[in-house]
Amino acid sequence: MEIDLSQFSQVFFEESLEGLESMESELLKLEVNQPDDESINTIFRAAHSIKGGSATFGFTQVADYTHLLETLLDEIRDGRRQMTTDHQDMLLLSVDLLRNMIDALMRKVDFEDPLLAQLETRFTSALAQNSSDSEEEHNSAESSSEESTPRNTTWIIDFQPGIDILRCGNDPSLMFNELRLLGELEVILVDSTLPDFSDMDPEACYLHWQLTLVTDKPLEQIKEVFEWVEDECTINYHQETDTQVKEQVEEVGAPATIETSSSTEVIAKPKAVAPAKTPDGGSIRVSIEKIDLLINMVGELVITQAMLGQIGQQDTIDEESLLSMKQGLEQLASHTRDLQESVMQIRMLPISFAFNRFPRLVRDIGQQLGKQVELILKGEDTELDKTVMEKIVDPMVHLVRNSLDHGLETPEVRVGKGKPEQGSITLNAFHQGGNIIIEIIDDGAGLDTQLIHKKAIDKGLVTEDEELSEDAIHQLIFKAGFSTAEAVSDLSGRGVGMDVVRRNIHELNGTIELKSVKDKGSRFTIRLPLTLAILDGQLVRVGKHTYVVPLVSIHESLQVEEQRINRISESHELIRLREEYLPVVKVFQEFGHEADFQEIRDGLVMVVDSNNEKIGLLVDELLSQQQVVIKSLEDNYSKVPGVSGATILGDGTVALIIDISGLVALAGIANMKEHAA
Amino acid sequence: MTQTTQQEQAIIDDISQQYLTFIMASEEYGVDILSVQEIRGWEATTIIPNSPSHVKGVINLRGTIVPIIDLRQRFGIETLEYGATTVVIVVKVAIASDHKVIGIVVDAVSDVFSVNHSDVRCAPDFGDETDLGFIKGLTNTEDKMVILLDINKLLGSEILPEASQLSNLIHNIDAQQPQVVNE
Repeated sequence: MEIDLSQFSQVFFEESLEGLESMESELLKLEVNQPDDESINTIFRAAHSIKGGSATFGFTQVADYTHLLETLLDEIRDGRRQMTTDHQDMLLLSVDLLRNMIDALMRKVDFEDPLLAQLETRFTSALAQNSSDSEEEHNSAESSSEESTPRNTTWIIDFQPGIDILRCGNDPSLMFNELRLLGELEVILVDSTLPDFSDMDPEACYLHWQLTLVTDKPLEQIKEVFEWVEDECTINYHQETDTQVKEQVEEVGAPATIETSSSTEVIAKPKAVAPAKTPDGGSIRVSIEKIDLLINMVGELVITQAMLGQIGQQDTIDEESLLSMKQGLEQLASHTRDLQESVMQIRMLPISFAFNRFPRLVRDIGQQLGKQVELILKGEDTELDKTVMEKIVDPMVHLVRNSLDHGLETPEVRVGKGKPEQGSITLNAFHQGGNIIIEIIDDGAGLDTQLIHKKAIDKGLVTEDEELSEDAIHQLIFKAGFSTAEAVSDLSGRGVGMDVVRRNIHELNGTIELKSVKDKGSRFTIRLPLTLAILDGQLVRVGKHTYVVPLVSIHESLQVEEQRINRISESHELIRLREEYLPVVKVFQEFGHEADFQEIRDGLVMVVDSNNEKIGLLVDELLSQQQVVIKSLEDNYSKVPGVSGATILGDGTVALIIDISGLVALAGIANMKEHAA
Repeated sequence: MTQTTQQEQAIIDDISQQYLTFIMASEEYGVDILSVQEIRGWEATTIIPNSPSHVKGVINLRGTIVPIIDLRQRFGIETLEYGATTVVIVVKVAIASDHKVIGIVVDAVSDVFSVNHSDVRCAPDFGDETDLGFIKGLTNTEDKMVILLDINKLLGSEILPEASQLSNLIHNIDAQQPQVVNE
């Protein structure tokens, strides 16, 4: 039976990358001196399935290489070899290498890396050392060949394939041929379960086999033959010498038809991670529970629709049907809301997907810098929209690198300060209101206020005689072109750091705050909306036009009396609000249309946040507050300054969503406040 | 250079192509019917701040935000009050590998007819810098001349620049019409 394997290769890539991800996290958790059996098994299994998969798809380079890994791991697993830090390093490097190999396969390019040959040699020599330090069970240790039991054993294998095995393209006779290579094989066909001819499905497999294999090879190698079918088949292995059942594999699992993973599977491999960069649009694994919920909801929706449809067919509408119509509409509204929420849920992933890469990062950079670091992850289950997650990873990496490079001190310095040798970095995530908060906390040196101030003056970001609070000085690190690193290092210090971080976070409608205490450490707090698709909005009216202002950025709205308005120039006006002077942007002016009220004293001023500064927006009237679905203007048009997107209101018309910082830029008042002060 | 050859090639390839024609300022224009998604009546739009005057705003087309372009203003022809026959032709414009959906406001929709590539003449070269790339060619149906537009070039490159002076050019084309017929 010919089957085009290429259609499955994407699944192989994804699974391999997931396997590598779990290998990596297990390797990092591993205590080298006392390796935990379960972790070693997990790593072994991951390597094993990558090897099996790649061999099936004909990716020999990957298969050959993982074979080396597997051999080493197998020996460690069986206790025939002591795990060393060297092994751990080699395995971690291999994870990277394999990732690159798979990436190359996905892009259909040849993979070449001197590291491959280098690691291969390291593995082979590591494997060669074997015989000397393992005393029991030994064999030709030289090679990477499998272990073997010295005597021939007779295995009786009861092979009961699942009824669908032929449909999946598996052919038992090929497996038997493979077994024959291992030793002497006798095959007895059991046809007792064969149904009557009339009941027979020609594509089904009703036959069982009893196999007798005389071999010197270990059970694992026999099992390997059945590896691809063991989920669908019942296979019992008996050793004839002693009739006692050595191991019984009884896994009858129905092959999943949809690309989903049930929640139990998620528990089984919690470190499963979607590939970070796939050349295509990328896929998402959704738990069956979530899908079921959606299907239920759609079912309800259909019922409501049928009910409403029935009323619609009546020629006259009496009071009773009017009542049921109202009811139906209410149901429809609630179902739509639920449906929207559940669809959103599909895109939500636990933040552990983003956190997972940090243990490795911290380990590598910590080693590179000679700093001892403990990484603490908290709130890994906090869910967050996939798109937001993808965009927040880079800024987080930057912040963690910064903490490692600038924040944490070397062990000697730490001891001198009376702190424990090992520094700590904490990543913490939790929900607050409609936002997710991500904190990056280190117990390092904190920001050097004087150095920052001096640097800022040198760079002309502030003037020397400006009185700045400590907090205000700390904020300077977010300005463009600011970097305090003495030398440009590989890690940080290119001077594009923090302002880029801040800009990226702003693009996600988020904010970043910084608290730092000298010699105690720093805490960066990133606040992000849970999703980019829905926004809590305040509808406002300006002239004939309705706009949406993101509710998160609104502080308050007020009417301002004439005596609290200061004009500093023709077009620039300030209002005084509780000892603060706020510049006011007249929305109608920036958007170039009519408004009911042209003067600040007549209209309504909304105090909003723009890049951590308060400004006022002059509008005519506040309308309702509602959740709005964000639609892109760029899809069919282009980016519009001062507008972040559009939404569709209840009456079907389009309303534009105001981008406050864009509007401020349009108005050109970024520095107005300083002028006034 | 490559553009013209591509354009010529396109004309040769389409042995017979169907066009939807519409009227604007008593001129008849044709667009490839395969790029037309739907035809709707004029409806109020939401204005986009600081956009060029030919961009009338955006509408909600079954959940998608679609910009509306006034083709009269785009061509620099004097504008009309929108009336009962004013229609919006929603077209799919190919841009690189992507596509955009854009509505164009025209006076009225006229006809659908097939054009043989041999009946299409290239737009005359006026010798100045004006880029007339968006004119695929000219053709005659019965007694009228139809200007065939390349919608991808007209709206694809950029929505923003205003094609001023176009009205003059189109009148020039008009003046040359007898020659086209005589050939």
